[in-house]
Amino acid sequence: MLETILFYLFAATSVTTALLVISRVNPLMSALWLVVCLASSAGLFALLSAPFLAIIQILVYAGAVMVLFLFVIMLIDISKEALKPRVVRFAKVVAVSITGYFTVIVCIVLWRPSFLPAPLADAAYGDVKVLGKMLLTDYAVPFELASLLLLAAMIGAVVMGKKKL
Amino acid sequence: MDFGTDILIALGKVVLIVVMVLNLIPLLIWMERKGAAYIQDRRGPNRCHILGIRLGGIIHSLADAVKLVTKGSTSTSATFHPLFVIAPMISLFVACVTVAVIPFTEPLVIGDFTFQFQIADLSAGLLYVIALSSLSVYAILLAGWSSGGKFSLLGALRGSSQMISYELAMGLAIVAIFLVSGSFRLNDIVAEQGAIPWHWNAVRLPLSFILLFTAMFAETNRLPFDLPEGESELSAGYHTEYSAMRFGAFFMAEYAHLVVGSLIVTLLFFGGWHIPFLSSATLHAHASDVLRILWIIGGIKALLLGAFLVRHFVRRKGYWGDLRDYEFLVFGVPLLLVGLALAVGFFVVGPVVLPEWASRLLVFLLQLGVMLAKTLFFVWVFIWVRWTLPRFRYDQLMRLGWKVMIPLGLVNIFIAGMMTMYLER
Amino acid sequence: MNLNGISLLFLFALAVIVGLVMVVGTSFLGKWRGNKARFIPYECGLDPVGSPRSRMPLKFFLVAVIFIIFDIEVVFLYPWAVVFRDFVADGKGVLMLVEMAVFLGILALGFGYLWVRGALEWEE
Repeated sequence: MLETILFYLFAATSVTTALLVISRVNPLMSALWLVVCLASSAGLFALLSAPFLAIIQILVYAGAVMVLFLFVIMLIDISKEALKPRVVRFAKVVAVSITGYFTVIVCIVLWRPSFLPAPLADAAYGDVKVLGKMLLTDYAVPFELASLLLLAAMIGAVVMGKKKL
Repeated sequence: MDFGTDILIALGKVVLIVVMVLNLIPLLIWMERKGAAYIQDRRGPNRCHILGIRLGGIIHSLADAVKLVTKGSTSTSATFHPLFVIAPMISLFVACVTVAVIPFTEPLVIGDFTFQFQIADLSAGLLYVIALSSLSVYAILLAGWSSGGKFSLLGALRGSSQMISYELAMGLAIVAIFLVSGSFRLNDIVAEQGAIPWHWNAVRLPLSFILLFTAMFAETNRLPFDLPEGESELSAGYHTEYSAMRFGAFFMAEYAHLVVGSLIVTLLFFGGWHIPFLSSATLHAHASDVLRILWIIGGIKALLLGAFLVRHFVRRKGYWGDLRDYEFLVFGVPLLLVGLALAVGFFVVGPVVLPEWASRLLVFLLQLGVMLAKTLFFVWVFIWVRWTLPRFRYDQLMRLGWKVMIPLGLVNIFIAGMMTMYLER
Repeated sequence: MNLNGISLLFLFALAVIVGLVMVVGTSFLGKWRGNKARFIPYECGLDPVGSPRSRMPLKFFLVAVIFIIFDIEVVFLYPWAVVFRDFVADGKGVLMLVEMAVFLGILALGFGYLWVRGALEWEE
C-alpha cells in the first residue's frame, strides 16, 4: 500500500521535474530540477529493492555529475541575453516527432492487455555482494574495459581544460 | 508487537536522535570557545549569566540563539531569492539526514522486545552517509551563487572544489574498511572490530584513519581547511550575505556535520560502543559488579567536584561582589549532597543482584555513554586542531588533496587487501 | 514496506520541517529595519565594482571533471571491496587482487598523465 503510494509519488516527481528541466529558461534552475529528478528516480530504485543502485545514483549523478553542470553554469556569467526565451529551429518538426513518439508509447501501453507480472525476485536480488561477484567473475572483461573508458575521459579532460599541453 | 507500536517507536527514535544531535550543537559551540580560550590563552565565554549562574559560559550559547532568532534576515539587491532561501535548508537537511544509519549501541533485547538505537539499519550503511553528505556541496554552491556577492561566489567555488577533492580521498579511505570487514553495514563493521583495542581499525588500518580524518576536516570546512570562509581573503566566504537564522542554519549544520563525522570515526576506527577489553557478554555476566563500580566512581566524582567548587567559593569570596559569587555554591553543595547520598546508598544497594532486564538496560546505557564519550573526544580533537594549526594556502590544499591523499589512498587499498588475505588465512 | 523505509521517511520529513522553520521563521521573528545600504553586496564597505556573477577561472571546471572520473572509479571499487573477503575464503584472493591491480593500474596511467601534464597543479 505504502509502496504503491510512494511509487506514484516518486514517479510523479520524476515526470514533473523532468518537464521543469526542459521548460526552465534559467539553465541553473534546469540543472537543479534535474538533481531533484535524479533523486526521485533513486527513490524508485530503492523501492525496487536495489538500494546499492539508488545510492550510487545519488553519489554519482546528484553528487558528482550535476555538480559539474552547476560549476559550468556558474563559471560562465549568465547574462540577460542568455536568459531570453530561445527560438527553436524546425520547431514544428520537433513538435510533431515528439507528439508522434508519445502517441506510439501510449498506444502500446493501451493495447497491451496487461503488463506481464514481474518475475519474483529472490532474496539476494539487488544485494551488493551478488553484484560484486557477477562483476568480478562473469563480467570481468567489461569491468576492466571500464577503466580504459575512464582513462580516455581523463585524457579528454586534460586536453579540454588545460590551456597549454 | 503490532505494526502500530513499531511505527510509534520509529517516530520516537527519529525525534529523539535528531533532537539529541541538534542539542549537542550549543554544547559544542561552548566547547569550541572554551577550547580557544585555553589553547590560545585568551578570554573565553565568562560574562553572560542568569541570576549569577554562568555554567562556565554555556549561557553564551543561549544568548547566541536568542540573538540569531531575533535578528532580521538581510539580502542584497542581486540576490536570487528562491535559491538563497533553499541553500541553508539543504545544508541543515543533509546534516540531519546523515545520522539515520548510525547505530549508537548494540540492540537492547529484553525478552522478546528488541530496541535498536538506530533510525534505519540499511545494508548500504556507510555508503548512504557518503552519498548524502556529497549533496552538501549544493548548499555551499547555491548559497554562494544566489547571494550575489563576489566574495560569496568565490567562496562557494573554492569550497565546493575543495569538498569534492577531499570526498575522493574519503571514498578511497573507506574502501579499505570494506575490504577488512566485508560489509557496508555499520553494525557489522563495529561488531567485526570487537572489544580488543588492537583489533580496532585504527590499529589495523592507520593510514586509512589518517586519510579519512584529514578528509573530514576538509569536508566539514574547518581549520586548517576552512578556505571556503577564509576570513582574511573572503571576509566570510559563501555565507557573507547571510544573517539571522539563515546564517544560523549554516552554523548549526557545520556543527552537526562535526558530530556525525566524529560518530563515523568512532564507529569505523575505534570500535564504536565497545569498551576496551570488556565485551558485551562479559558486561552482561558481571552487570551487578559493573553497577557497583559505576556507583563508587560516580560517588567519588560528585564528592570531589562538590568539594572543589565549595573550596573555590570559600577562597574567592567577594571576587565579583554580586550574585555570581554564589554560583559555585549553587552547584557545589548539591553535588556534595549527591555524593554523600551515593556513599550512604552504596551500603543499601551494594549487595543487590540485578535482574536480567536491568542488567541488559545497564549495559545498553553504559555502551551508549561510552559511544558518546568517544564521539565527544573526537569532537574535541576537531576543536583542538582548529585552534592549533594555521590555515593552508589554496594551492597547498589542492596539492595535498590530489598529489598526496589520492596516491596514498590507492596504496592503502592494496595494503588493506594483502592484510585481509593474511587475516583470513 | 519495511520499518527502515518508514523511519527514513520520518527523518526526511523532520529534517525538511526543521529547515523550513528556521529559514522561514526568521522572517517573522526578526526585526528588519530597512536601509538602502543593506541591499548592497558586501565588498568591505566600498561600492561594488562590476557584475556580481563574473566569469571564473577554468581550473574549477578541470577539478570537477577529474573528480567525476575518480568518483566513478571509487564506485567500481566498492562492490569489489565488499566481496573480497568471500573471494579470499574461496582461495581466489590473489586473482581478485590482480584483477583490481589491472583496473587501478590502467587508471594509475591516467593519473600519471594528469600529473605530468600539470592538471593537478593549481597554479598555472
